[in-house]
Amino acid sequence: MESVTTQDVTRNDFPWKISYHPERCTMCGSCTAACTFNAIAPVMARRDLTVSRKSFPEPVREHMARPVIAQKNDVDNACVGCGMCEKVCPNQAIAPVRNPDSRFPLLARAQGPVKRGGRTNLNAQRTLDSIIVGRISQMTDPSLDSERHTFDIRSPLGRVLKADELPFRVEGDNLVLTGATPPVHWIYPAIFSDMSIGALSTRAWEALALATACLNEKHDMPVRMCSGEGGMPIKLLESPQLKYVILQIASGHFGWNRIIKALPKMKTDPAGVLIKIGQGAKPGDGGLLPAAKVAPHIQAIRGVPKADLLSPPNHQGLYSIEESVQKMHLSLNAAFGFRIPVAIKCAASATSVSVYNNLLRDPYKICGGFFIDGIQGGTGAANEVSLDHTGHPVVSKLRDCYLAAVMQGLQGQIPLWAGGGIGMTGNAAADVFKMLCLGANGVIMAKILIQLLGCVGNERGRCNACSTGKCPTGICTQDPRLVRRLDIDRGAENIVRYMLAFDSELRKLLAPVGNSSLPVGRSDALVSTDKAVADKLGIQYAC
Amino acid sequence: MCRIGSIKSTTPIPPSMALRLMLPQQEGHDNSGFAMVMQDLEGVFAPHKDKPLLSFACTGKGKQIADDYMDKKGFIPVFQWIPDLELRPGLKIAAMPNYVFSNYDYPRDMRGASREAREELLLDTRLALRRLLEKEGHGFVYSFWPDVLTLKEIGDPADIAVCFGLWEDDGRLLAKNIVSQCRQNTNYAIVRYAAHPFFLQGYTLCANGENTFYTKNTEFQKSLHRGYIGFESDSQNFLYTLHYVLRQLKWPIKYYKHVITPLPFVEAEQRADRKELSLIRESLAHLEINGPNTIIGLLPEGQMITCCDSKKLRPVVVGGNERMVAITSEVCGLNVILPDRDASEDIYPHEREMVVIDNDLAVRRWNQ
Repeated sequence: MESVTTQDVTRNDFPWKISYHPERCTMCGSCTAACTFNAIAPVMARRDLTVSRKSFPEPVREHMARPVIAQKNDVDNACVGCGMCEKVCPNQAIAPVRNPDSRFPLLARAQGPVKRGGRTNLNAQRTLDSIIVGRISQMTDPSLDSERHTFDIRSPLGRVLKADELPFRVEGDNLVLTGATPPVHWIYPAIFSDMSIGALSTRAWEALALATACLNEKHDMPVRMCSGEGGMPIKLLESPQLKYVILQIASGHFGWNRIIKALPKMKTDPAGVLIKIGQGAKPGDGGLLPAAKVAPHIQAIRGVPKADLLSPPNHQGLYSIEESVQKMHLSLNAAFGFRIPVAIKCAASATSVSVYNNLLRDPYKICGGFFIDGIQGGTGAANEVSLDHTGHPVVSKLRDCYLAAVMQGLQGQIPLWAGGGIGMTGNAAADVFKMLCLGANGVIMAKILIQLLGCVGNERGRCNACSTGKCPTGICTQDPRLVRRLDIDRGAENIVRYMLAFDSELRKLLAPVGNSSLPVGRSDALVSTDKAVADKLGIQYAC
Repeated sequence: MCRIGSIKSTTPIPPSMALRLMLPQQEGHDNSGFAMVMQDLEGVFAPHKDKPLLSFACTGKGKQIADDYMDKKGFIPVFQWIPDLELRPGLKIAAMPNYVFSNYDYPRDMRGASREAREELLLDTRLALRRLLEKEGHGFVYSFWPDVLTLKEIGDPADIAVCFGLWEDDGRLLAKNIVSQCRQNTNYAIVRYAAHPFFLQGYTLCANGENTFYTKNTEFQKSLHRGYIGFESDSQNFLYTLHYVLRQLKWPIKYYKHVITPLPFVEAEQRADRKELSLIRESLAHLEINGPNTIIGLLPEGQMITCCDSKKLRPVVVGGNERMVAITSEVCGLNVILPDRDASEDIYPHEREMVVIDNDLAVRRWNQ
């Protein structure tokens, strides 16, 4: 006879419950070995069973001790729903099941603020899904053939001058360039966004780099990848493939010691520098790499001891936007001889337009891109309160910034790159097309890439354990045993195949609106079935 | 589909020539209006070529408003032609009460002013008049420029011609350049300002097709120049870009084509002038057009131009003889006004080509 103690924690208090079928289980041990969260274990359980041991039926009821797999009922080992047990079980004997009666948010905070990875689980609404490409060419003008026509799918990264500021001289029938202009690179309109070595395992990061190189060199898709704030392998810094990588500098400056030392040995310029001011998933919060993930190779790349690595919320020493332009933009431009664009990334915020306006008016013409990261962006580690309760949806903020530039006739001068939740439903091309029409020059995407590698996390509370060092897919961990689960080549191949499909789907959206080059700012191509969204974005309402 | 046409002649020609070029191209219910810009005038306007000519249609009140404004600003009327309209029953025309074509001398304080200053004055005056007449629907101001006449009206082009006596060829209206179209803005609101050709400070342009980059062109142009207004037609974007590239930026004509239809990146990267082309594309990305369009333009010094969108989704043909060259949408129009030309010499410009007809009718063509 058991008695009830109210404060005891049970499995029914957790977000995920293990569904277990002992009759199918052979006790092979695969599930317990695969579970990185130590959420299940073999135990002996008392069982009443009816058995028949003779050659003819003679049922007998027996009371016995039997080995079974059981879910642990302590908060530290709560199941995260990653499903590795189900993936590995040869007999479909075990699987996690979502528990709608979870009390976990109350229990977990007994040990302090909840930290996790992933992205917001509270504001996962999809503005882009209420928007449709509704201006289809029908008789007024012809649709194109997405297979037959050629499409010019490129976007600028770099500071663009107004036409009357270009240093041209007319010589006969020709314009001749007579002075220097800021560097502008025309690249693919999707940047693999900044996930550092450290947040990602070396294998995951390598798979991204491999996919980037493959897309550039085999498929003529000039996709750029941002390093994230965590430095780069020396080999890559000194390789020709550096030209595909945008180096990130954030408030912790992690990895820049190595980058600066590698400068004289670089065979080529990187694709750009991205100054990270903020991140959509946790605006106002700095970077965080928990000590659990600071393995020896991470210590070497970043030049740090094993400890929690916290990037401050602000770049220390920067007081204002103007100062940021003068100090960081100018010094980073100077470091690379003014040959590569230096852009800035901010978390989307009610203040984004002010920042963008200020940068547009900068007399040095030095900011090469404004990256806006929305609340639905991902992170490797953050306080859950930040993930769920701070940030700003990116769609309207992108639109606000674009229209602010339009009001001044400055659209396109500082390319707008936006992200945060791009491809959340699996179709990134549709999201990108809509963002372009609303004024983005391109998008940044990250979470979808690790999902292509095999990440099972989602915005409904599944896994989101990137911060623990126990990532069951080997993507967000530095544990060598777990990292080996990730096949670099297959992971890279998944990304390449997806991006090829993405490219085709982008053409499939360009063709029916009759455009062979990117419809940046072509808001007339969109309609919304949500009146509030239509009004806010200045597009047609349709029902 | 809109049909567009222009004629350039060494000897002055009447508007009926433009109508004969355009009417054979009519398909179905296409012909819903008539508009033309004449440049390098002969006939009644010949003695006043250096005096700006104001072309507008208005109510009686509208005429009074315009006269008062011009008087107040010091413009001195030197010649005026108000055609007697033949408005007999059965003619399909939505006529305005008055069509006024007036030459003015510049205000005294502007007579010694530079050409640029005068050109700005003419634009500001037209814009001010437009605003005044627009307020209460008293009229439409089309052009105010020396040696340029504009007529626009809603209705059947042949009937409009009857109404204005254009079939009579009485020698009053003659010009060496005529750009015309026989259609109103059928797909959208019927507004006189939406009828091609459009005119701005010596630049005339008509186009056909649908400008699929209308919104981004318009949003960009609105802050480029005070004369870029209206946008009643998506083809006004082409005129404003022509004006911006040639007059404001003072770039050679070939760069108009580079601005509106940039070369694909893979082609541009192979060229010696790739740096210049890339900068142009970066800075003027919002002036790119993406079809389907054909454009016919007339420049201040009299050159006529044509080019297409980057996929050539609308037709155009150029043909002529030693006295006259015409650009138009379909060859049947050319066959009517230039039956004796050598049709094997006709040019069908392709998507990367630009054609310029000089005042001596020399035809220059080049690939972008």
